[in-house]
Amino acid sequence: MEFFVFVCSASMILVGAVGVIVRKHPVHAALSLVLTLFGVAVLFVAQEAHFLAAVQVIVYAGAIVVLFLFVIMLLGVDRVENLRTEPLSGQRPLAVLASLGLVAVLITAILRGNQIFNERGTGLNLPDSQNGPDANTVQLAESIFSQYVVAFEVTSVLLVIAVVGTVLLTRRTRAATE
Amino acid sequence: MIALDSLFFDDLLWTPLLIVLVKVLVVFVIGLLATMLMVWFERKAIAGMQNRIGPNKTGPFGILQTLADGIKLFFKEDLFPTRADRFVFALAPFLSFVPAFLSFAIIPLGGDFRDGNSGEVTIFGQVTRIQLADPPIGVLFALAISSIAVYGIMLAGWSSGSKYPLLGSVRASAQMVSYEAALGLSLACVLLLAGTLSTSGIVAAQATITEWHFVSTGLVPFFIFLIAATAELNRPPFDLVEAEQELVGGFNTEYSSIRFALFYLAEFMNTVTMSALIVTLFFGGPQPIAFGDFVLDIPLLPNALEGTFWLLAKILVFLYMYIWFRATLPRLRYDQLMDWGWKLLIPASLGWFMLLAAQQLGRRNDWNIFLVTGACIAVLVICYLLLQAAISKSSSEREQQGTMF
Repeated sequence: MEFFVFVCSASMILVGAVGVIVRKHPVHAALSLVLTLFGVAVLFVAQEAHFLAAVQVIVYAGAIVVLFLFVIMLLGVDRVENLRTEPLSGQRPLAVLASLGLVAVLITAILRGNQIFNERGTGLNLPDSQNGPDANTVQLAESIFSQYVVAFEVTSVLLVIAVVGTVLLTRRTRAATE
Repeated sequence: MIALDSLFFDDLLWTPLLIVLVKVLVVFVIGLLATMLMVWFERKAIAGMQNRIGPNKTGPFGILQTLADGIKLFFKEDLFPTRADRFVFALAPFLSFVPAFLSFAIIPLGGDFRDGNSGEVTIFGQVTRIQLADPPIGVLFALAISSIAVYGIMLAGWSSGSKYPLLGSVRASAQMVSYEAALGLSLACVLLLAGTLSTSGIVAAQATITEWHFVSTGLVPFFIFLIAATAELNRPPFDLVEAEQELVGGFNTEYSSIRFALFYLAEFMNTVTMSALIVTLFFGGPQPIAFGDFVLDIPLLPNALEGTFWLLAKILVFLYMYIWFRATLPRLRYDQLMDWGWKLLIPASLGWFMLLAAQQLGRRNDWNIFLVTGACIAVLVICYLLLQAAISKSSSEREQQGTMF
């Protein structure tokens, strides 16, 4: 059963991921991204990480991709982009380098994870659904708001800085044009 | 592994499987019937409020009017606009119709929650709930589903390849995304007091009227939730999405035939589901009206069935209220809508949530509850004054510099 769910959701994720790159139209690409996100949510549910699955759908599929679509619609990106021009020079080689780095990180993570898994033997310490329906949420909340509270707050400060920066940038352009 | 129902905890047998299948069928049929009756009820009640007769030809009191309309729409020609994106255009109605049904699955439709009972019933020797699914994430499921429903409206407008639907859908998505924040924050107040995410747990926490979250969260979250839910449903006075005078018909202008019917169905189904969710969260769901030791009990009816009766009665009140809204309130202007959402509802719900959280913390640590509340109110007043100062500053600057665009 678990294998069946894994195969279904993994193929969903892969089809979506390939679709994001291959589809010509930005709206279709964004919809493929939604497919990928849903596949990941299904994988989370299969691993009994129900809260993560819900947050995955609410935040990524429900807010972020909606924002992508919103921007695509408002800007009306119906014209085909010219792929020859590079907005930043040296962008392509850097992108290749970065993606190679990412692949290396992923491979190390998988190998390392496999090693840890073998050392522990009986699997990871997952919240059990028999511990009551909210065990998952309670565990997450405890680790975020006690153990990693500083990191959590720093992240929120980072987001606020981004928002303030955006507002500042738009104001400055207007003042300059006047 | 995927334990959505207590039936699935043991080995998969034929009886539980059959019970779940029957439950799926029953919930689906209830959904369709409720939608059909809601359309009729709305037309009839609004007709009454406007001194008209309303549908009165098909069936007794015109009750079959929706069925007749549905059959008519089935046989209409299915049109694709030439500039439409065919795949997305065909997909959009389902993206709006399926979520409408899915979120009905987590509503407890009955069961005995009195005297600390868990609301579980026994059918053919199997213990289950009168509820299609009781996922551990509970209410978050409804939030997730409602965030998917945005796609239906958004893509419908975009894929039509025409200006008015696009404007309608851009409005809709901006509105739904903004009001989702207020919706979630007022919901968090309920979760804070109930201490659980599951809908059956939330219902079980509301035994008497004083424990109903409507009262125990202090009224404010309920009103914020109600307003945000109305905006989320795109119902009047928040129906800018389909403002007829400005946008022809909004996001569904180019739709015809059964695809249009699906949008229509989804809209009314969502109203029913949202009313049921409000009742579940704030008014005790299938709990009877009880005050202290006094319980308003219906004789001769088993308690589990009585729950269904109470749920139905409470939902009807809210359905009538939504109809009343439509007949009474004029539509908001777009900037008023955004001001309401961002400058009033979100700060208010956030402030109230902080207040309730501080009280909860104080109660747990045995602090003086009046002192905690007083300190919180002082902080909130300062925050409110700061917000007002910021708003008045920005509006005076905007007046000096003229409009942005």
